[in-house]
Amino acid sequence: MPEVEVPIGPHHPALKEPVSFKVIADGESIVRLELDVSYNHRGIEKAAEARDFVRVVPMLERVCGICSHSHTTVFVKGIEEAMKLTIPPRAQYIRTIVAELERMHSHLLWLGVAAHEIGFNTLFMWTWRDREAVQDMLEEMTGNRVNYGTNEVGGVRRDLTPDVIQAALKRLPTLEDRIAKYANMVNREETMLLRFKGVGKLTKDEALKYGTVGPTARASGVDYDIRKDDPYLAYAEVPWKVITDDHGDVYGRTLVRIGELQQSLNMVRYGLEHLPAGPIRTAPPRAAPKAEVLSRYEAPRGELVHFIRTNNTDKVERLDIRTPTLANWTSVAVSLVGQNLADIPVVVAAIDPCLSCTSRITIVNPKGRTTGEMTWDELRDHGIRFYRRKGGF
Amino acid sequence: MDPLLLAVYVLVFPGFLFLLAYAFFLQFVDRKVAARMQNRVGPPLLQPFADFIKMLGKEVIDVKGIDRKAFDFAPILALAAAMTAFLYVPVVGNSPLAFEGDLVLVLYLLTLPTVILFVLGWLSRNVFATVGGVRAVTQLFIYEVPFFLALLAPALMAGTWSISEIVAWQQTHLWFAILQPIGFVVAIIGLQAKLERTPFDIPEAETEIVAGPWTELTGRRLALMHLTLDVSLVAGSALVAALFLGGPMVPWAITPDWLRWIVGFALFLAKTLGVLLVLASIKVATGRIRLDQLNDIGWKYLATAAIVQVALVLVMNYWWVSA
Repeated sequence: MPEVEVPIGPHHPALKEPVSFKVIADGESIVRLELDVSYNHRGIEKAAEARDFVRVVPMLERVCGICSHSHTTVFVKGIEEAMKLTIPPRAQYIRTIVAELERMHSHLLWLGVAAHEIGFNTLFMWTWRDREAVQDMLEEMTGNRVNYGTNEVGGVRRDLTPDVIQAALKRLPTLEDRIAKYANMVNREETMLLRFKGVGKLTKDEALKYGTVGPTARASGVDYDIRKDDPYLAYAEVPWKVITDDHGDVYGRTLVRIGELQQSLNMVRYGLEHLPAGPIRTAPPRAAPKAEVLSRYEAPRGELVHFIRTNNTDKVERLDIRTPTLANWTSVAVSLVGQNLADIPVVVAAIDPCLSCTSRITIVNPKGRTTGEMTWDELRDHGIRFYRRKGGF
Repeated sequence: MDPLLLAVYVLVFPGFLFLLAYAFFLQFVDRKVAARMQNRVGPPLLQPFADFIKMLGKEVIDVKGIDRKAFDFAPILALAAAMTAFLYVPVVGNSPLAFEGDLVLVLYLLTLPTVILFVLGWLSRNVFATVGGVRAVTQLFIYEVPFFLALLAPALMAGTWSISEIVAWQQTHLWFAILQPIGFVVAIIGLQAKLERTPFDIPEAETEIVAGPWTELTGRRLALMHLTLDVSLVAGSALVAALFLGGPMVPWAITPDWLRWIVGFALFLAKTLGVLLVLASIKVATGRIRLDQLNDIGWKYLATAAIVQVALVLVMNYWWVSA
């Protein structure tokens, strides 16, 4: 067959969010890949500048539907650093427990999605059923299944009662069994091995060169985890270890995530059993002093960075969000070349992309190497021209 | 046979009317069993029928620049081929239409829907449909050879090309599933591939190429193509049941005739459902493999296994059957 151009996205059954790949394929093998992100710009960073620290936290929770706790924790952590607050240990532990539960539901969701991408719907149904147990726990602890609303500057908003702790501890053994079952399944299920092994290969050097983070980097043997390298919350006290793998392919990323599921479960159990007594919050001052903080956090998908600049007011002067997906994108485009057309969905899914969180706008003039700004009307006109030029894509 | 009886046989039972009802029923069982294994509830009994009726009433959308007549005609041809194939497979007793060589005809008719799917994909003027269509025929060339070889082995041993004769041979000897276990396994895998079910749903891989050749099918065209697959499922599992599991016959004589027919019909239902359960389990227990991987597996293992089975049959014919 001659080279054909296969458009994948912005709307495609394999994609849950808008992104566009123009895949130039020779028969079934990929020759080139043109990537077009940023179909869903929401202006969150700008909106954050207009809200005070109380009102900005619920909004940041909605940056991402999966990493909702990650975005608020990394933000309040940064603000607390700017205010030089000491957070009570009980609040730190509760944040850690919710963070690890979030990692568990995110990884279970990912496992199901990866299985669905290779047409293995049984595993998809099973992991999503078990994910319900995690979400039920989160609902009992925080009152919500997705946007937990746990964090605020200075601590957490809701204490864990003994009843809730007991109920959560009771759910853990079943979950542990299921995770062990999946760990076994990944090593033995033949079609999964066929579709995961050697697919989307990324060597350690490449992983470092393209700046990958999170499970994608750890599956290529890069021992990089913010929880270990720059401990925050209660991670310095809770026993756990960084999971890495040397396969560097989708199989390795699956193993890393399943290993992390087991680690997270143990961390949640340790946290619930060793929850320190004491208050759950300290009263923060209204305004933050002038400061620049780079707050880092290990979200389920990798290193999440919030750059925060405060200026003696109760609002941030500038908030810059670097989501893990943005760091991992380039590695996808690289690892896909030469692969099979059929492998696109699973390789893309392997970094667990979260696309709307990734949308940013920077106006760059490549000749003068300068950046600029656009007014709202200019932006609107640009959008209309952009879609018209590309025929709707 | 009395022409009136023949008409009843072809049109009502066990011909078209029964075939359509049973096709919907098998689709229901398939979906329900898969759903229960996947921890879902699954559809109610009449859901496949309701889906069909609803889809028949939906608008037919023509893609710009397609050959409309061919697009309308192709699903009907596919359905006709699959339904005709079923007429030659024994259901309650031997088919009255049976003739020496009907096995070849049935295999040909069961291949037609796949070829038509390719044509539809090619006519769709859509990159996903074209890629899917090319995948469908590529896959056809991979699984068809071992599948045909596996079905050839019973014919060789029974010394006839008639399905009814092969069933009759098993009545006096043993089931071919016992005599030719390798061929039976290859036939089941081949049937799974023929029906484009996981792990062989490569042509319609949803996450890769949307729906493959099905992408531009709408309304009654889509309804008829879905029905074709269901009918092929009935015909295929009935064919495997007849060739390898002794069809609707029992080794001893049953009188009176009506009792023999009821027993035969019950056996037909039990065996086709048994084949379907195996196919559904395979579907649930696997993910989709890639075309190049199927190529490897198909030619390296399936074709070899089928050829070994044929060679074994030739040896057995020489030493045992002829003796």
